[in-house]
Amino acid sequence: MRFQLTDEQQDFGRSLDALLTASDTPLAVRSWAAGDHAPGRALWMRLAEAGVFALAVPEAYEGVGPLPVELAVAYVALGRHGVPGPLVETAAAAVLLAGTPAAKEWLPRIAAGEALVTLAEGPYALDADAADLLLTREGRIAPGHGPLRPSADPARRLFAPTEGGELLGGTPALSAARDMAAFLTAAQSLGVGLALLDRTVAYVKQRTQFGTQIGAFQAVKHRLADTLLALEFARPLLYGAALTMAPADIAAAKVTAGEAAYRAARTALQLHGAVGYTEELDLSLWLRKARPLRDAWGTPSACRATVLTA
Amino acid sequence: MDLTHTPDEDAFRAEAREWLTANVPSEPLPSLETEEGFAAHREWEGRLATDRWSVVNWPAEYGGRGADIFRWLVFEEEYYRAGGPGRVSQNGINLLAPTLFDYATDEQRARVLPPMASGEVIWAQAWSEPESGSDLASLRSTAVRTEGGWLLSGQKTWSSRAAFADRAFGIFRTDPEAPKPHQGLTYLMFDLKAPGVTVRPIGRLDGKPAFAELFLDQVFVPDEDVIGEPGQGWRIAMSTTGNERGLTLRSPGRFLAAADRLTALWRAQGEDVTLRDRVADAVIGARAYQLFTYANASRFAAGETIGAESSLNKVFWSEYDIALHETALELLGTDGELADTAWSEGYVFSLSGPIYAGTNEIQRDIIAERLLGLPRGRRA
Ligand SMILES: Cc1cc2nc3c(=O)[nH]c(=O)nc-3n(C[C@H](O)[C@H](O)[C@H](O)COP(=O)(O)OP(=O)(O)OC[C@H]3O[C@@H](n4cnc5c(N)ncnc54)[C@H](O)[C@@H]3O)c2cc1C
Repeated sequence: MRFQLTDEQQDFGRSLDALLTASDTPLAVRSWAAGDHAPGRALWMRLAEAGVFALAVPEAYEGVGPLPVELAVAYVALGRHGVPGPLVETAAAAVLLAGTPAAKEWLPRIAAGEALVTLAEGPYALDADAADLLLTREGRIAPGHGPLRPSADPARRLFAPTEGGELLGGTPALSAARDMAAFLTAAQSLGVGLALLDRTVAYVKQRTQFGTQIGAFQAVKHRLADTLLALEFARPLLYGAALTMAPADIAAAKVTAGEAAYRAARTALQLHGAVGYTEELDLSLWLRKARPLRDAWGTPSACRATVLTA
Repeated sequence: MDLTHTPDEDAFRAEAREWLTANVPSEPLPSLETEEGFAAHREWEGRLATDRWSVVNWPAEYGGRGADIFRWLVFEEEYYRAGGPGRVSQNGINLLAPTLFDYATDEQRARVLPPMASGEVIWAQAWSEPESGSDLASLRSTAVRTEGGWLLSGQKTWSSRAAFADRAFGIFRTDPEAPKPHQGLTYLMFDLKAPGVTVRPIGRLDGKPAFAELFLDQVFVPDEDVIGEPGQGWRIAMSTTGNERGLTLRSPGRFLAAADRLTALWRAQGEDVTLRDRVADAVIGARAYQLFTYANASRFAAGETIGAESSLNKVFWSEYDIALHETALELLGTDGELADTAWSEGYVFSLSGPIYAGTNEIQRDIIAERLLGLPRGRRA
């Protein structure tokens, strides 16, 4: 047993962090929210070059995967930087497509970063306007989509797929695709939570009130200690799930990471005071993501039910 | 990254399981917080020791099996899975022994460890004082130099199970002139039956005469019972608190077994939907704690040290334990009030978790200051 990331896996995470830090990711997020996908797609290509999407694609289709541990490392980094787009859905679609005749056409393009694919969850599909392929969760190729339905997070653009369209054929791995989506949403949530914590820790060290850094007040410290605690106990569940990809393990990771990130958002907002309640501060990019991610691809309650069916 | 056990660990698990199946008492022992239960548990420690299961991670020369941290965790999982009794010698084994391995002389180890492993000598921790709880470094009990040793005076309190224990270990002020409170302290072991020691039991919240107050009046301790250098007591003691909060005090096996019992209770009570989420949280929490521990054990096995991270551990398990028991009591409904059930005893005990081993407020300070780098507050 060595329940620890290898040096290579850690290096991979660090290199993605460096790439995303250098890429002005907040600008890509804001443009994406405004409907301009160009900076986001450029970022997507750079992530593909770094190998992110190939991790979800089997070797037979020009990928290197599926490699869940590496995917988790990558998606924590993507969440940490708030990268926009159907990241989770594209990787989940790779799982869905793998057993179908469409695999040959789409999987190499996904691995190369040339295809953004979205997969509808319930009534909506994330970023259908930017996606090259829109799949429903029954494995149908939707012919189009309805108008934008604004999300609480403007960088998550929701659209209802139009009815009709052909079924994928073959044996699409529907439940495995949903598990992959839940798993990567958990990873993304953990990253979002870590980003919120980092930014809040930096802020409370710098902001002074009553003649002292607010980070010296116990009420502030203890809230941040609890935030760290919740995130650090979500992390092993995520990697444990990566090793088994069992639905109950994924559900446990999903609910824990989702709740931890959401609580991190509440704490971040509170400790930033009024400035935290503004759109201008980049903090808002993560603040608005935490709640939708908590509920996407398995609400906490649905995840808990899955845990008990194991 | 992997979670698979080696063939050696699997074989160790099988051997432990077989032994435990054959030996764990079929009827629960009386509470170890009572005189009768204490004796029964001491006997159980002896039985464990006979087949070298009482201290699996110690070297063979002291009665152990030289198990590494992963095999120790495996043993603990099996132990609680089999419903093994609470460990009356845990203060000695988990708190004093690691300190002895790090700081004691060979002579001390040879003298102290084997009777600890066999349950012949049960140890109590004498750290807290009436005026020194969270601010332990302010402690006032003294050890004064005398011919061939030291004379202890003062008062210790909240000493778990000291009412029935044989010996105690604690920190005493040997240099009252030292410039800072945590300097001039010395760590030593003493006999609870020695002349000058008065032990006064204190009933716990559940009425059991578990802990005790110790009044010390010129109690003689020979030099051979000083641990490490005189004056270095604080540093030595702090290495023990890491153990207490960290891995050893609460191994995941205990919570995995408790979560299983809770799930079984929930199923037996008809899978109450209103409590479903809380039962699931107990299952998830036990798994999270197990995996968190495996991650730390992996770091430990790779030669890294676990420092302030042990405070994360402590806050987690203590709050987890209460939530789990509260859920069980709620499932039991009206019967939740009955005092003599395992769940309600476990509940009352769980309530002390956020207080002992350093209160959770103090642990959160440590997390915030040492892990997040926040400014130190007004504490000295
Ligand atoms: C079941 C049980 C078993 C125990 N066993 C032992 C034992 O075997 N040996 C032993 O030596 N001791 C033992 N203790 C004592 C235990 O270590 C102390 O209770 C603990 O260190 C807290 O000290 P205190 O009770 O004096 O509380 P205090 O230090 O007086 O604290 C009271 C409250 O104030 C809070 N507080 C204090 N200072 C601060 C601060 N700076 N910031 C925020 N909050 C603060 C505390 O967190 C707590 O909530 C045991 C206690 C219990 C409950």
